[in-house]
Amino acid sequence: MGELRLMKGNEAIAEAAIRAGCDGYFGYPITPQSEVMEYLMAEKPHERTGMVVLQAESEVASINMLYGGAGTGKKVMTSSSSPGISLMQEGISYMAGAELPAVVVNVVRGGPGLGTIQPSQADYFQAVKGGGHGDYKMIVYAPASVQEMSDHVKLAFDKAFQYRTPVMILSDGAIGQMMEKVELFDPIPRRTDEEVIAACPWASTGRPKTRNHNIITSLDLDPAGQEKVNLKLQEKYRMMEQNEVMYEEIMTGDAEYLFVAFGLSARICQKATDIARAKGIKVGLFRPITLFPFPTVQIAATGSRVKGILVVEMNAGQMIEDVRLSLGCKVKIEHFGRFGGIIPSPDEVVKALEQKIIGG
Amino acid sequence: MTEEIIIAGFGGQGVLSMGKILAYSGVMQNKEVSWMPSYGPEMRGGTANVTVIISDERISSPILNSFDTAIILNQQSMDKFEKTVKPGGLLIYDPNGITRFPERKDINIYSIEAADEAGKRGLSKIFNMIVLGGFLKLKPLVAPEFIHKGLEKSLPARHHKLIPENEKAIELGKEILKPIQVLN
Repeated sequence: MGELRLMKGNEAIAEAAIRAGCDGYFGYPITPQSEVMEYLMAEKPHERTGMVVLQAESEVASINMLYGGAGTGKKVMTSSSSPGISLMQEGISYMAGAELPAVVVNVVRGGPGLGTIQPSQADYFQAVKGGGHGDYKMIVYAPASVQEMSDHVKLAFDKAFQYRTPVMILSDGAIGQMMEKVELFDPIPRRTDEEVIAACPWASTGRPKTRNHNIITSLDLDPAGQEKVNLKLQEKYRMMEQNEVMYEEIMTGDAEYLFVAFGLSARICQKATDIARAKGIKVGLFRPITLFPFPTVQIAATGSRVKGILVVEMNAGQMIEDVRLSLGCKVKIEHFGRFGGIIPSPDEVVKALEQKIIGG
Repeated sequence: MTEEIIIAGFGGQGVLSMGKILAYSGVMQNKEVSWMPSYGPEMRGGTANVTVIISDERISSPILNSFDTAIILNQQSMDKFEKTVKPGGLLIYDPNGITRFPERKDINIYSIEAADEAGKRGLSKIFNMIVLGGFLKLKPLVAPEFIHKGLEKSLPARHHKLIPENEKAIELGKEILKPIQVLN
């Protein structure tokens, strides 16, 4: 068993990055995720593993530092919260286009604009549908606990390099700020220069006489060439859809109704499930863990067995579009959400189920 | 066993750290725990609260609207959280600074004059441990040896010499807890 600690979600992200063999973290402070860099600065990972931690002059600078670091085959990460992540969209699109591996953590707060510093899930569309320009996708993980904050960092680095793609961890202010028990994974040493060259033959690691220059770019002015790039990317996204879907089902076996929720909302729905079942309502919970690739087939299978589905999100209805695309018009699907930093209570969720699905 | 607790008072009273010590002690005893603080505008208004859940099972929602126990350390928190105690649940308050005493008839109520006692003994920095002692007397969720380990984990090493004093404060809390209303 790994080391047990009581940690904030944000601290778990930071510790997991060090343990995952991250080479560089570049970020700019913003509530509610500032503990990520605070923890890294206090922990001095340069002394532990040689990892660089740098406070950039802005989010735009951070994401471009990520582009540069990733281009040399290094394991790089940034984190921010919603307004900061908006600033990074151009860089994320460029990294998707140039096929660069990196981990981007969004500890979401309420918007739009500067919004509020309280938790929200209103950045689902931005994360899943491509916040930047062009036809790109990222693998998006939605942790629902501090344990998953740690586990998903390790996983995100693995998948970023496997697919040569930016990977996003879409968390929220509550999971970032709360403390839970975490079992930390054993540290993975940072890659040596030789290991980077072996693992990333595409990276700009210095040209030996045996090959031509490696060029890191998202630009191809020849449309035929650019279409090829797009086809290659799409092929990669289809591979992710086939192989990377993650989800969890809780008490769906005998369920007559279903909650679909991710991240913090899924935790609230789990409590709502207990409350509803105590009242005799047979409800279960389907929790997508990857938001892209979305568990379309699995939701269709479970969802088509129930009388109605309530999608619970801390937004005005974003993931519900993917749930509806998965199921078509076969089942009644409604949305319940609170916005702007308000977290719904489990009782509210049960009431919404009774009013919108059972009674509606 | 699942115990859902809200601890609420002013910033600086040690509300968050009391919750953290309790939660860390739970971790040391191999329980599932969650610690969810208020942050942001609420805190900037001077009040602080934290939801602590200790359980033998996986914890569902870290955010709750009703609690098994409310530990209340100022009037604003009394106004906000007295009504959130589950029927048959427990409310512990420090009367110092309370102007409207709890009125519920369907819950167990205890008072603990921790601020007063801490002031008299020059222990104002570990006032929160006196309150924690009162709670642990009624709900011994974690054994004293694990509280000791929880203190070791929660406090920076330079403060470890203060652990015996913290433990004394916990014992003191157990002694001075006063029943106000105990349901049959």
